[in-house]
Amino acid sequence: MGGKQNIISLAVFIVVAAGFPWILPSEYYISILILSGITAIAVVGLNLLLGFAGQISLGHAAFFGISAYTSAILTTNYGFPVLAGIICGIFLSAIVAFLIGMPALKLKALSLAMATLGFGLIVYIFMNETITLTGGPSGFVGIPRFNIMGYDFYSDLAYYYLVASSLTVVIIISLNLINSRAGRALKAIHSSENAARVMGINVHRYKLFVFVLSAVFAALAGGLYAHYLSFVAPSAFGFHASLQLIVMAILGGMSSVWGGVIGALFLTSMPEFLRIYEELETILYGLILILCMMFMPQGLAGGLGKLAGYVSGKLFRRGLK
Amino acid sequence: MNKDAALLKCSDIYVRFGGVMALSGVSFQAEKNSISALIGPNGAGKTTLLNVITGMISQSEGSIEFKSRDLSSIAAHIRSQEGMIRTFQNLEVFAHMSVLENVMTGAHNRYKYTVLDSILKTPKYFARERQCRDAALEKLKFVGLEKERDLPALDLPYGKQRLLELARAICGDPALILLDEPAAGLNSRETRTLGEVIAAIRQDFGITVVLVEHDMELVMSISDQITVLNFGQVIAKGTPRDIQNNPEVIEAYLGSDD
Repeated sequence: MGGKQNIISLAVFIVVAAGFPWILPSEYYISILILSGITAIAVVGLNLLLGFAGQISLGHAAFFGISAYTSAILTTNYGFPVLAGIICGIFLSAIVAFLIGMPALKLKALSLAMATLGFGLIVYIFMNETITLTGGPSGFVGIPRFNIMGYDFYSDLAYYYLVASSLTVVIIISLNLINSRAGRALKAIHSSENAARVMGINVHRYKLFVFVLSAVFAALAGGLYAHYLSFVAPSAFGFHASLQLIVMAILGGMSSVWGGVIGALFLTSMPEFLRIYEELETILYGLILILCMMFMPQGLAGGLGKLAGYVSGKLFRRGLK
Repeated sequence: MNKDAALLKCSDIYVRFGGVMALSGVSFQAEKNSISALIGPNGAGKTTLLNVITGMISQSEGSIEFKSRDLSSIAAHIRSQEGMIRTFQNLEVFAHMSVLENVMTGAHNRYKYTVLDSILKTPKYFARERQCRDAALEKLKFVGLEKERDLPALDLPYGKQRLLELARAICGDPALILLDEPAAGLNSRETRTLGEVIAAIRQDFGITVVLVEHDMELVMSISDQITVLNFGQVIAKGTPRDIQNNPEVIEAYLGSDD
């Protein structure tokens, strides 16, 4: 079905991602790409929950933050190897997601939004208030750079490839999941929980599964984030950050795995280019969001897909299809 | 037909919604490989009974036995796994999927593999997906929708969405399907096709059918047994001929003189 198309888009993505740093004018842009890639990992995960299963989470940055802090504290204060720190961070986020999701996912729509919002706020307050553990509002400094078996990812280029390959793995997992019975079950739950139940789908279990999986992806992103910047502060994991992830998913396009990637890349890099307009920056940012949603209700991925279809239709009009 | 052949047996079902008694003491059974219809005026409790049988709502009192097993307080998705699948009065096709994917979802518990199989694309994944796809295509052909298989489900006209729901329901290989007003909104030609499909479902697949329906022509032409509900109670049971001549039924539908 979508199999062949997926392999082609995946191949294009890998080529583009591998070649991207070489066409950039300066080292500075690579760091934007790294942050975009890290965010994309979280957004692809959120999109599985939001776009495919139709469940909202307004506190997703909390999972990002829990993992970032866990790994930061374990590696800096207790001398854990970075990889072990990140794995612990992912585990803790997954456990928290399981415990929160268990009761919260029985709620629907707005109630679920409120519950996850509350969860996000509590985590945010916790990060601010436990000063001895997290450093409080002024942040946690001195986190070691990612390294594995003695190799330090000191150069941004090396870190970029680390992030790009992690993102590729996350995309492959997501694509394969969507094209399976679990993927169909999630989409069924999105349309009608009752009809899904009648098909023998254990609705609560699937919701919980995708909630935990999306938290795991957010947590992976959090670990990569902490060991890249070597500094974390609660402000990066508050409500604004959660909202940002949702905007990226919606703008990118919720009906495709690629939407999350495109949305994260677009919204992380756009402010950098708008910076030259100084005081107009925020207005332009808002305007672009509005125009995108007006003319591409299916998101950027949907818009690009349509464009690609149009172009290939023009080129291969006499083709077999 | 002897009593042991009952596939589904509901005994003394009571359902209360606040102060309203939606069902009071309804007993109903469906013999193996039969088509049983549930009829009655609006608000008689037909859909409520279907909801109780499939576990969408729970009864205040009474028991439900399916394949001689008590399912009275079992979750809906497990009842489905046991082999009872229903369709809905207001269509509930899966909007975010193609026609084929809709039907494949119906076989969710028939061709199983783990999430890990799908992520790693193991041989088991490919084998089961192929089986699932073949089964779904076969069912689409059966209801005459094989040409529309790649369309988004919502692009189908209303009548065809009804057929899609039927294909999806039988793809799970159920022992029993419960149809909630399958002819609602269909024209007479579509209703005739539907009647043929329902008869064939029993004939070709050996599936027992429970039918809630207002279209009397359809009910009378395909049912073996008819149960009439009024105000949450059974007022008559019998063959189509018995029911047509039952004065109580005529009164319930047309009202009495005084």
